[in-house]
Amino acid sequence: MATKKSVVAKRRRINDVLIHALLIVISLFAILVLAAVAIFLFLNSLPAFVSIDQWDFFTGTVWDPTNPVEPLYGIVPLLVATLVVTFLSALIAIPLGLGATIYLSEIAHPRIKKVMKPAVEVLAGLPSVMLGFFALTIFARFMWTAFLPWWQPSDYLNLFNGAVFLAIMMVPIMVSLSEDAMNSVPMSLKEASLALGMTRWETVWKVIVPAARPGIVAAMMLSIGRAVGETMVVVMATGSAPQLTWDPFSSGQPLTSTIAIEISEVAFNSTHYYALFELGLVLFAMTFALNYAADWAMRKYTERYQ
Amino acid sequence: MNRRNKERAFFLLFRGCAWVVALALMIIVGYIVVLGIGTISWEFLTQFPKKGFTEGGIFPAIVGTLYLVGLVMIIAVPIGVFTAIYVSEYKSNNWFGNLLRVVVNNLAGVPSIVYGLLGLGLLVFFVGWGFSLLASAFTLAFVVLPLVITASREAIQAVPSSLREASLALGTTKWQTIRHHVLPYSLPGILTGVILSISRAAGETAPILMTGVVFLKFTLPQNVWDTFQAMPYLLYSLSTQTPYDKTQDFQWGTALVLLVMVVAMNMSAIIIRNRYREKYKW
Repeated sequence: MATKKSVVAKRRRINDVLIHALLIVISLFAILVLAAVAIFLFLNSLPAFVSIDQWDFFTGTVWDPTNPVEPLYGIVPLLVATLVVTFLSALIAIPLGLGATIYLSEIAHPRIKKVMKPAVEVLAGLPSVMLGFFALTIFARFMWTAFLPWWQPSDYLNLFNGAVFLAIMMVPIMVSLSEDAMNSVPMSLKEASLALGMTRWETVWKVIVPAARPGIVAAMMLSIGRAVGETMVVVMATGSAPQLTWDPFSSGQPLTSTIAIEISEVAFNSTHYYALFELGLVLFAMTFALNYAADWAMRKYTERYQ
Repeated sequence: MNRRNKERAFFLLFRGCAWVVALALMIIVGYIVVLGIGTISWEFLTQFPKKGFTEGGIFPAIVGTLYLVGLVMIIAVPIGVFTAIYVSEYKSNNWFGNLLRVVVNNLAGVPSIVYGLLGLGLLVFFVGWGFSLLASAFTLAFVVLPLVITASREAIQAVPSSLREASLALGTTKWQTIRHHVLPYSLPGILTGVILSISRAAGETAPILMTGVVFLKFTLPQNVWDTFQAMPYLLYSLSTQTPYDKTQDFQWGTALVLLVMVVAMNMSAIIIRNRYREKYKW
């Protein structure tokens, strides 16, 4: 009897060790994926490092890789377009997201909150291709004709058009992340402020928001990272012309849409093909930096409230 | 301006922000429903497209999306859930556990187009799967993996430790505790995460655009090595490569079918989560 019991116990223990090992092996997959992204982008960019002058690549102001006489690989126009759409969309999404968050977490009646929060989540779930489609068919035409006698955008499809819909994608990220940050501000801070005779507005603006600032900064960084890396909205809405312009109402072609549009047209193993991988590497580095900044802000935040 | 009026003014402004967001959602959804509803018919859902997307339906794109999403889940859910179990249940306060946490955070921030490049370079050409359903499914699985891991981890960590301790005190092994006590209680949370990932996978376009999706094809995919059609890519191609006057019915119809699919999944995830919040109050 005693031996049988110990056999069962032993088998269980072996089982446990095996499962532990199995879990470690499965967990390796996630690490391998990230390593593969970094290594593969780098390896596939190597031929581009060799065949394109890297100084020209990063400072060149003309992106014309299909020119039969002299193909030009200057990524400045693409970087500027990415910068313009990201800046504009952040300009729209950050105040809007922050305002909506404060309303939802501090002011709104629970009944309104019960409807509004799922609405924000549904907005977060809308596929980007659908927002791009809406920008292309409805919003572009609206902007083209709305102010007609006085003003018209320079191009029918333009960077502003893309930025508006990037902002719509960023707002739900802003709301859900900064709401978490505001909810975890200790109740005692809020009560102390109200007890001292501050109004609710003063409490929100001078106590809760400053206390939640690192979390809010992290939310901004992550939503900006989303805007930098988003593809379908900019492919469909911004007009895809790799020209160097700071005018938000003219066409442009950010990094992501350059990759998406040109990758299906290039010959495998051509310089152009590898140049697109180098664009991917640049993009990866940018989003990695933003992610790191968000992580850093969050760490500061948890340190403060431990 | 006195303090009360200032408060009133700012609160009005914030309420305005929230309503702008809600209004944006209503306008987009409203347009798609109103312009798309006329196209929806039994024929539209069950027929192949005919005469340059003016007659017939989008059946192959619907089936393609379902195949794709099914494969993505078969790949991503087991890996994601087991990784989450490892991260949250096992003593992982060592270099491996810390590395894993950093990696998962960073994976979530990688743009989907970059995963597309990986899928193209690694799976399509290097491994040699060619432009195929399988290459697209793996690429999309990379995209949703961090979502599955994060959601499952949160669900597992929400189970109170008293439950684990009670089970372990009765002499069960670690795995028995996880299998019979932790997992059943975190299941609704994991399910919510999985449904949200499915809806994300169903709508993603950039990663599949580079790894195997095609615009037009007159057969359903026969096996995982075959190319396929998918709704998001169909919407993209129709709206950028065909004249709007001719195919607008198809464009809005496709958008509506995709919208219904995605919103239904999102809503059911929200409902499951809210129910479970009420049911288990620790």
